[in-house]
Amino acid sequence: MRAFLRQLVPAFLMLAVFTVITGVVYPLVVTAVGQAAFKDKADGSLLKVDGVIVGSTLIGQTFAEPKYFHPRPSNAGKGYDGYASSGTNLGPTNPVLIDAVKQRVIDYRTENNLPATLPVPVDAVTSSASGLDPEISVANADLQAQRVATTRNLPLETVQKLITSNTVGRSLGMLNEPGVNVLTLNVALDQAK
Amino acid sequence: MSGSSLFFILALCAALAITVPPLGAYLAQVYDTTEGAKAPGDRVFRPIERLIYRLTRVDEKREQRWSTYTISLLAFSLMSLLAVYLFQRFQTHLPFNPTSATAVNPAGAFNVAVSFMTNTNWQWYSGEVAMSHLTQMVGLTVQNFVSAGAGMAVLVALIRGISRRGQRTLGNFWVDMTRSIVRVLIPLSLIFAVVLISRGVIQNFHGATTAHTIEGATQSIPGGPVASQEAIKQIGSNGGGFFNANSAHPFENPDGWSNFIELWAILAIPFGFALAYGRMVGDRRQGKLLITVMIVMWAAFSGVAVLAEGNGNPRLATVGVDQSISTTQAGGNMEGKDVRFGPAECGTWAGATTGTSNGSVNCMHDSFTPLGGLSTLSHMMLGEVSPGGLGVGLMGLLIHALLAVFIAGLMVGRTPEYLGKKVQAAEMKLVTIYILMMPIALLVFAAASVMLKSAQASILNPGAHGLSEVLYAYASAANNNGSAFAGLNAGTQWYTITQGIAMLIGRFGLIIPALAIGGSFVRKQRVPETSGTFPTHTALYGVLVLGVVVIVAGLTFFPALALGPIVEHLSL
Repeated sequence: MRAFLRQLVPAFLMLAVFTVITGVVYPLVVTAVGQAAFKDKADGSLLKVDGVIVGSTLIGQTFAEPKYFHPRPSNAGKGYDGYASSGTNLGPTNPVLIDAVKQRVIDYRTENNLPATLPVPVDAVTSSASGLDPEISVANADLQAQRVATTRNLPLETVQKLITSNTVGRSLGMLNEPGVNVLTLNVALDQAK
Repeated sequence: MSGSSLFFILALCAALAITVPPLGAYLAQVYDTTEGAKAPGDRVFRPIERLIYRLTRVDEKREQRWSTYTISLLAFSLMSLLAVYLFQRFQTHLPFNPTSATAVNPAGAFNVAVSFMTNTNWQWYSGEVAMSHLTQMVGLTVQNFVSAGAGMAVLVALIRGISRRGQRTLGNFWVDMTRSIVRVLIPLSLIFAVVLISRGVIQNFHGATTAHTIEGATQSIPGGPVASQEAIKQIGSNGGGFFNANSAHPFENPDGWSNFIELWAILAIPFGFALAYGRMVGDRRQGKLLITVMIVMWAAFSGVAVLAEGNGNPRLATVGVDQSISTTQAGGNMEGKDVRFGPAECGTWAGATTGTSNGSVNCMHDSFTPLGGLSTLSHMMLGEVSPGGLGVGLMGLLIHALLAVFIAGLMVGRTPEYLGKKVQAAEMKLVTIYILMMPIALLVFAAASVMLKSAQASILNPGAHGLSEVLYAYASAANNNGSAFAGLNAGTQWYTITQGIAMLIGRFGLIIPALAIGGSFVRKQRVPETSGTFPTHTALYGVLVLGVVVIVAGLTFFPALALGPIVEHLSL
């Protein structure tokens, strides 16, 4: 026991020293370098339209109007709540999941005027892990393109071109699965008028 | 598997193959504390270390026996526990709390303090809501460094026990921990954090930023010192996220590049330790053998997860969902996965995070297919030795390696030897204790949880999957992993307290016997090699070690797994 008590002194001092080094100096150095070198990214990749912050290109948000591309279902709060990141955690055999997906498939076909037998891209009817997924798959965007084009009286080709220009990670060197950034795509659509 | 994910996996393997050998060589030099030994970067690191020893009144030349070494570790862990507990309880009275996080309840704060002190980083709370920026920085981030440093120190002590002959001391805990943090963890984290920011991980001290969306709604976008925590979270095999969604959150892991380097960071040092071991015992073949065993298990379990998730969920196919893998979608089981990662990058991550003691997630394991879930759960149950957490992973594999020589010795009727040291009754008793601790913590608490009505109420998913949630929770705690089948509501008193106990058993119930083995070995002289000596660098021995790891875990956990993920898979 006395040996233990004797070690408490260096234990306390070590923890104090490393609290200063790794808990204060380290994050402050990283913040200083990050803010100096990559300010926009360190602040959250915020997207401004006419000087107003409309969101972050990395954080998904809700879009419900037909003239916009719609994101994936979200389990973050009531949907895309930036302070409630979360997946559903529903298991693969949970009837709650299967029933919800079944209904979303029907809704997705109706909304986009698709044949009743057409298989729906999986990302369109399942929730992401973060609940803040900023992207949808290209397949999902392609199926929504006609609806958006019709609502906006835009040629389909214009919408399809915007999908391509807002697709992230198509080249192999990007190391991620290709996806369409919903926010930047919708902002681009508004500006295409 | 899509083309881009195949490219991702091959690129990751290539990056590891290139970087792990030099990293292993560097680690071996970091821990060479013999008189006059030199290590790269001495000119920068020595002054910092000397200052730290002066401030903490540590005599770096004074070595410790295994018992003092252990006591130093325990004293340090107790201090850490108290500090993290108090920061949470008093965060309302402390600065850097822009979101007005309230004081964490006592049982919950105990759980978090144990969780970060033991390098588990199990999280029952949502980081963005429950913790102030101050608690995240000086409480949690600090533990990310020091708990990892302590784990590395313990391994080094065990290795010295194996390599030294006829001595009494294993090194100095304070020196080994300091060198781990100053020479390995801090430099790597500094570089890594800045790279993460360049990909979009945030690093600021803001509270919420309000965005006015183009549909006319508002959205609160969180701030915080995320990159600095994310870097050490991966490098130190910690895994505790700044946000609830952990590394699935776009501000922790924004794109394929960040995913790639974070995965590298989870795996590189644990693999590097295997090669460092070979150098430290003066026989590199030993390190190559152990790293091969690690790679075989890691590849097998990761592969199962990648393929199972890519195959998708047959139940969803019946309701009109297209899960095919094509050029326009990643396909597979996308519930609980973000588009930028898809099933292959999620499966790869799942294999890495459960084979180490990392426990961060980039997709939700609870929503995995039954086979994908089985892969992650059983990978932890192997004891996290493929390649395992920082230090403690190789420590676990060395214990299994001793068991393997013992079994081989029994078969031929000779006293077993490992690297010239006789493995006798005292060591084998300690090996047995080591091996029994984790399963006891896991199975006893899991069994109690499924029998208690109040604990059952925490389960989210019905049927066999619910049992998997409970098994996963205690497998994660008892192995100091920290990932979860997160549907389980682990914020109740029962779970916070029992998980806390399981984490303590999983940390100290293993480290103490391992250090005792080191203390016992260090006194022994080396017996000369003869034609009857069983060589421990051959493929035969590798298969034996692999067999021991798999059979010990299999015999212990197969019945429980059969009732959880295996039944669920058969019911698909």
